[in-house]
Amino acid sequence: MTRKQKRLSVIVAGLAFLAAAAGLTFYALGQKASYFYMPAELATASVPPGQRIRLGGLVENGTVVRGSGATVAFSVTDTQKSVKVTYTGILPDLFREGQGVITEGAFGPDGVFVADSVLAKHDERYMPKEVADGLKAKGVWVESKSQ
Amino acid sequence: MVETGHFALVLAFALSLVQMLVPLVGARTGNQRLMAVGGPVTVTGFALTALSFAALASAYAGSDFSVANVWENSHSLQPMIYKITGTWGNHEGSMLLWVLILTFFGALVAVFGNNLPATLKANVLAVQGMIGAAFFLFILTTSNPFIRLNPAPVEGRDLNPVLQDLGLAIHPPLLYLGYVGFSVCFSFSVAALIEGRIDASWARWVRPWTLVAWMFLTGGIAMGSYWAYYELGWGGFWFWDPVENASFMPWLAGTALLHSAIVMEKRSALKIWTLLLAILTFSLSLLGTFLVRSGVLTSVHAFATDPARGVFILCILTLFIGGSLALFALRASSLTAGGLFHPISREGALVLNNLFLTTATATVLVGTLYPLALEALTGGKISVGAPFFDLTFGPLMLPLLAIVPFGPLLAWKRGDVIAASQRLMAAFAIAIAAMLVTGLFINGASVFAALGVGLAVWLVAGALTDLAVKSGAGSVAPAVMLRRFAGLPRSVFGTALAHLGLGVTLLGIVGTLCFGTERILTMRPGETVELSGHTLRFEGLFPQRGPNFTEDRARFLLIGADGNAKGEISSAKRFFQARQTATTESGIRTLGLSQLYLSLGDEGNDGSVVVRLWWKPLVTLIWGGGLVMMAGAAMSLADRRLRVGAPARRRKPAAALTSPT
Repeated sequence: MTRKQKRLSVIVAGLAFLAAAAGLTFYALGQKASYFYMPAELATASVPPGQRIRLGGLVENGTVVRGSGATVAFSVTDTQKSVKVTYTGILPDLFREGQGVITEGAFGPDGVFVADSVLAKHDERYMPKEVADGLKAKGVWVESKSQ
Repeated sequence: MVETGHFALVLAFALSLVQMLVPLVGARTGNQRLMAVGGPVTVTGFALTALSFAALASAYAGSDFSVANVWENSHSLQPMIYKITGTWGNHEGSMLLWVLILTFFGALVAVFGNNLPATLKANVLAVQGMIGAAFFLFILTTSNPFIRLNPAPVEGRDLNPVLQDLGLAIHPPLLYLGYVGFSVCFSFSVAALIEGRIDASWARWVRPWTLVAWMFLTGGIAMGSYWAYYELGWGGFWFWDPVENASFMPWLAGTALLHSAIVMEKRSALKIWTLLLAILTFSLSLLGTFLVRSGVLTSVHAFATDPARGVFILCILTLFIGGSLALFALRASSLTAGGLFHPISREGALVLNNLFLTTATATVLVGTLYPLALEALTGGKISVGAPFFDLTFGPLMLPLLAIVPFGPLLAWKRGDVIAASQRLMAAFAIAIAAMLVTGLFINGASVFAALGVGLAVWLVAGALTDLAVKSGAGSVAPAVMLRRFAGLPRSVFGTALAHLGLGVTLLGIVGTLCFGTERILTMRPGETVELSGHTLRFEGLFPQRGPNFTEDRARFLLIGADGNAKGEISSAKRFFQARQTATTESGIRTLGLSQLYLSLGDEGNDGSVVVRLWWKPLVTLIWGGGLVMMAGAAMSLADRRLRVGAPARRRKPAAALTSPT
């Protein structure tokens, strides 16, 4: 093979490789990325049971119920709508009523959101960005007091 | 002292302007005197930055709350170690550490670069000066750590409790040494483009810097992973968090650079590609700095969000990446093309390695940036996590790992796959045996687990085979073999160790993911729990006081088969007064290479507590493998060929092999 052919074959092989990787990436982005919703948005978006999403909002006051064992039930609200969530596991240290959380999981057939991870942020002054943005967009954002 | 530090920082900025202009003009006009300015200016700039950093550190050590930065991130009751590490446990201080390391590397080039051609050295220092100037300006205008408060508060607001850990002393400095170390490779590339000249000796100068940066980055990532593992209490070692990806991308690209630089050095091929990789690697480091420091991502690392900072770093990013790539586009065609080689050869294998690694880098890049781009363009919010990377990064890594043992056994120019395969027969047999043993004799082993163990053993055995073959195993007497083994170039050991470390890490990952078990339950004092053959008894919750926190410590006794206690594991809920923040301290006990990991949840009203317990088989190997990889890089650095001013520069490789003394 001449130098040109050799270089060409390397480039073609490289491009084929990249194309395969790109195809895989796009497929994975379509299938495996989970979308973020606030409770009110769920009314308009149709999320089938079993599809993984992230649900964010505030933990509604007075809804946290510790069941048997390590299962906890609570509601996530954006002050307009609220969604019932159950979670089995250890809640983050900053989890409490009235605080912002992001839960990840899927709706069960009974319409209860079964979360397999619950995130509350590390800093007390802090609210998960998606939740803060969502609340600001809905006009129910309250500036945090400690700033 | 604080004002001295502030002043030193301003002076260092001014010197960086001199450093970026004078040597550059000197190199352009061939003026020796102007070029010679670069060295002393760089070293002085480093000394001033070090003084500035020391001033800030002493303000932290002395809890000088008249400095706003200290007030925000320190507390007089903190242990001394956290007072000092708090210096870089915040945005401003960590940026100061960043430039400190940048100027440190610049000074190293200035001091040890005497064997560089004068113009190349001048240009390298000038490019380092440009990066320095940009970041000094960034610190002085948007992130000044020396701002005073008047009146001075009596007490500080405490360091973020999550950061009050020994990990903060190790992880950021190591990571930055890695991130910023690649700036030297970048500067060498841009200097070569400015000069329009590049040769194999260029690769010989760049390779040690790549090795140093890669070694520290490996350590920084491994340390960060272990820190997140024990501090966050989630029991995971890697979350595909954008911030982790930000450090992982330069590592992947840097690994590719490490390999392509070998081809360039040995065979004068892949010159332009190597140069481009060096630029891309540091660009990814800059991108990482941007992602972590600008506040576009929300994580533990994004200390404070200020839009001005994000815009400033974005400008730096655009300037350096855009500028260097534009220069590359203009000049690359004028550089002489590299040599020819056969696809089946060491070079060919290294090209394949580069193809896999850069593609993998690209998938991580897409997974990291796509959610940001989507939000900016459509407002849609998505999260891209482990399932995405399992599907994209995984399939790229598995074949790469499978072919790793072949690389070092192929000859340069024209390799023989059949011969290499024959030499790897023993390693292959061991790997298959390990796979069968895993699949057939270990309860609950999936096909994936068996394959994973087989692949890990294949990597380890392949690395050892490489050493054995190069010592002449099977063809010479054992005594001769031993002598040859001792006389092998250190870089051969470096390669073998690095590849072996990869196998060790993989074994740890497979062990933890495939054979790990976990339980979540509520326990009352006196109750026992059993997990994978280990029995734990909950003794109860004991309140304790720390220097700046109170905690409820839950004690668990590990009960042996004879019913006696073998040891204790304790996990605690800490409450930090100053920030009104709670953290969980996980309880970890290492048993052999595996760990029992325990994390505490909420307390019930009846003295019960929610406990999450994991059994993590072979988990320590994940980070142990990282240490082995670092040792490999250190070994390679010690190679005669890369030693500064080594006299053997022009000796033929064959001569070096036969006369190791």
